[in-house]
Amino acid sequence: MLSRSSDDETSPRIKCAPRRIPNGVSKRSSRLTVIKNSLAFAQRMLCVGAIVLLTGCSSELLSPKGDVGMQERTLILTALGLMLIVVIPVIVMTLLFAYRFRASNKKATYKPKWAHSTAIEVVVWTVPCIIVAILAAITWRTSHSLDPYKPLESDVKPVTIEVVSMDWKWLFIYPEYGVASVNQIAVPVNTPVNFRITSDTVMNSFFIPQLGSQIYSMAGMETKVHLIANHPGVYSGLSANYSGAGFSDMRFDVIASTQEGFDNWIKQAKASPRALDAASYASLAQPSTKLPVAYYSTVTPGLFGSIVNKYMHTNHSDQPMAMDMPMHHAETKVVE
Amino acid sequence: MLSQILGKLSLDAVPMHEPIIMGTLAVVVLGGLALVGAVTYAGKWGYLWKEWFTSVDHKRIGVMYIILALIMLLRGFADAIMMRMQQAIANNDGAGYLPPHHYDQIFTAHGVIMIFFVAMPLIVGLMNIVVPLQIGARDVAYPFLNSLSFWLAVAGAILVMMSMFVGDFAATGWLAYPPLSGIGYSPTVGVDYYIWSLQISGLGTTLTGINFIVTILRMRTPGMKLMQMPVFTWTALVANILIVAAFPVLTATLALLTADRYLDMHFFTNELGGNAMMYVNLIWVWGHPEVYILILPCFGAFSEIIATYSGKPLFGYKSMVYATCCIGVMSFLVWLHHFFTMGSGANVNAFFGIMTMIISVPTGVKLFNWLFTMYHGRVRFTAPVLWTIGFMITFTIGGMTGVLLAVPAADFVLHNSLFLIAHFHNVIIGGVVFGCLAAIHFWFPKAFGFKLNEFWGKVSFWCWLVGFYLAFMPLYVLGFKGMTRRMNHYANPDWHPYLVVAAIGAAVIGLGIAALLVQFAVSIRQRKQNLDLSGDPWDGRTLEWATSSPPPFYNFAILPKVEELDQHWEDKERRVAYKRPARYEDIHMPRNTGAGVYISVAGLVLCFALVWHIWWLAGLGLIGMVGCFIARTYDRDVDYWVPAAEVARIENERYAALKEAA
Repeated sequence: MLSRSSDDETSPRIKCAPRRIPNGVSKRSSRLTVIKNSLAFAQRMLCVGAIVLLTGCSSELLSPKGDVGMQERTLILTALGLMLIVVIPVIVMTLLFAYRFRASNKKATYKPKWAHSTAIEVVVWTVPCIIVAILAAITWRTSHSLDPYKPLESDVKPVTIEVVSMDWKWLFIYPEYGVASVNQIAVPVNTPVNFRITSDTVMNSFFIPQLGSQIYSMAGMETKVHLIANHPGVYSGLSANYSGAGFSDMRFDVIASTQEGFDNWIKQAKASPRALDAASYASLAQPSTKLPVAYYSTVTPGLFGSIVNKYMHTNHSDQPMAMDMPMHHAETKVVE
Repeated sequence: MLSQILGKLSLDAVPMHEPIIMGTLAVVVLGGLALVGAVTYAGKWGYLWKEWFTSVDHKRIGVMYIILALIMLLRGFADAIMMRMQQAIANNDGAGYLPPHHYDQIFTAHGVIMIFFVAMPLIVGLMNIVVPLQIGARDVAYPFLNSLSFWLAVAGAILVMMSMFVGDFAATGWLAYPPLSGIGYSPTVGVDYYIWSLQISGLGTTLTGINFIVTILRMRTPGMKLMQMPVFTWTALVANILIVAAFPVLTATLALLTADRYLDMHFFTNELGGNAMMYVNLIWVWGHPEVYILILPCFGAFSEIIATYSGKPLFGYKSMVYATCCIGVMSFLVWLHHFFTMGSGANVNAFFGIMTMIISVPTGVKLFNWLFTMYHGRVRFTAPVLWTIGFMITFTIGGMTGVLLAVPAADFVLHNSLFLIAHFHNVIIGGVVFGCLAAIHFWFPKAFGFKLNEFWGKVSFWCWLVGFYLAFMPLYVLGFKGMTRRMNHYANPDWHPYLVVAAIGAAVIGLGIAALLVQFAVSIRQRKQNLDLSGDPWDGRTLEWATSSPPPFYNFAILPKVEELDQHWEDKERRVAYKRPARYEDIHMPRNTGAGVYISVAGLVLCFALVWHIWWLAGLGLIGMVGCFIARTYDRDVDYWVPAAEVARIENERYAALKEAA
């Protein structure tokens, strides 16, 4: 599933190599060259246009940068194609029948009592049933294969990122590296990323359109999503569930780079003077918008678990968070 | 002390510093004063009170519902155009002209108003006008409850409108998901306005549901079997069963949210074992059937329209009825498709996804049935037919995108995106709005005795159709470009041109609404030229066309006998329609009552007081409501008999008009 190399993904489906113009041509042939060049240009433009139309280069969901997104794109296009089998005839028939049987067309047969045909009824019930049966099979299969909770199969050791949605920013904790960041994450390409998600405020949705599936973040609960980036690049992430006044600014960047680039990013975080402990977390938790990207060189162990757990206390809101409480996953409400 | 008298209410509640709101307030106040002045000047208060406000006549209540809906449509549309303008200019992280606090209320109000105070009153209004006539009844089963339902809806609408000028409205999105809608994250009165306006109008809707189920099951004219009911009545029956099954869920869900906000309970909070997922499930257990409550009667209206103007019976009537019932049952088995991204397991997601797809089968069958109704017909391209054809094409596209969203793995990237927004406007505008406008055009002569102007009807149709595609096709693309809903501003320059086109589309829809209003004005001016003397202007098929336009208050002097589907058409074929009976009998009718108005006014006081925590006033409101209701139950003078001689006089006029028409 993840064995695909990144090279064959970037190459366009339609090959359109530019024409080579030989050197040392006469004046006459230079005019020809101009024509040839412009023809080549037009051809190239057509190719680009076709690529844009067919693969939707300009559209995030149709040009995904990771395997999960890729499969979801294929799924969307397949499902659309299947449904068009019914949709196009219905639209054509609507226009055709309405035109053909317009009152002014006296040539068309008028059967004022005709209102039943078993043959037609059988067809109009059967055809949608068949298409829905095929779609249902696809749905069943992809609901399992693309289940956001399912870890991705890969030989590469995954990276875990703990995600906390806050008013109104995203906190990312890298438990394996002991660093954290606000409104930015970095991931190595071709490496599965296990996101563990919760909220320290209202419901949000953690979504990186170009990598694929989103999942809600909810307080007192941990949700999961497993994604991968197969191409280096910077992709935007956002909250896809309205969460109040600062919602529109709940954006973050995803930097997908080589292992080396990722290691550098971790080093950069490690060099930050800030530490994420109870005090700095409490000040971060204050509502704010458009917070600049920030890094934390150390993180109190078990912070994520204690954020999930803090809503389980009996005395809400006025009790300080127990940062040193050992993390017991059994105690968290985990949505499975 | 003051807080005991006024609760949370103070002068600060009026947003003096918001020029947009104050400007709107000035317009509303001036417009209201002008209206009151005009009615006073014309001396029509007595007429309005006696003939309309206290009326229990289903036709008049229906008309009032539709007027309420059209007024609220203007408000809901104003919200829409403000949102489109904001997104068209808030490019490159610019602030636009609406700060988040205002913008968030606008998109919430837009959704609430369009669903609860535009679509619902349109549907209930149409059912009121049409259903009793189609089943040959003289009124609904509970005429007073019907009046009460309407005035409760008005109270809800007033409460929503009031929130704009006194306090604020919810800034939570139209379904008010907690914990955002909890007291911790929404401490102002906005969510309380939301809760109480929905509770009071929802009470009315539930009563309507009971009323119409009983009416359709118990008051059909002699001989009319269930499988001889017109399709519109069938769809109304299923829609009302859905109302009775679904609205109590909404009431209970909002009651739990109320307990959270008022009584410090923790059903849906983050803390103390509260669970917002429960609310999301419950609200959609109501929310998805609600979609079908709106669309099914429109399917019925399209069926009547396409059969009438094709001059043929509906193709596959039985298929249509079974499909409607299937949709009704299955509408309760798909709610989870609204939140596949909550993290349910693959089996659960797949189940709800597949159920949703299965529901598209009976819907698709309906489309084919309308197609084959036109087949071998003589289709007259009147405005309602244009609306119907526009609907068939638009709804097919909306259905397709809906099935796409029902595939969980596809929904993982499309959920909450503008693709979703485009999808549900595609089915609600393309289905419900087109359906209601077609139906208004179709049944207008029945309600008022003259036809609507065709030219302006067609102008309105083309503006709506073109406007719809301009406004929402770009949103489909934006969904693929990763733009999510409810954004106040954005940085991606790629999105901007699409949002500009969408704003232009909204303006074109605005022209469609303007054309609709012009259509009403022109039609009223030219009503003498467009009188419907026969009572059957479109060569109709069902019983409502057998009586005069507008029908006498008792609908039918003699209850019609039904042996066939499309009885009126059969009667015309056999040349036995409009036969003058040998003699008339006394008719038993309900008497008008102001109790519905009084109860609703007390209800409005109760809700307003609850919003502002003015407990003494809430007590008064509650006592007023219950007191009026008890007083009403002791009122023995609730009906009267129309003497046969009076019936004969009215019917003689009718036969004179018929003669003139012939």
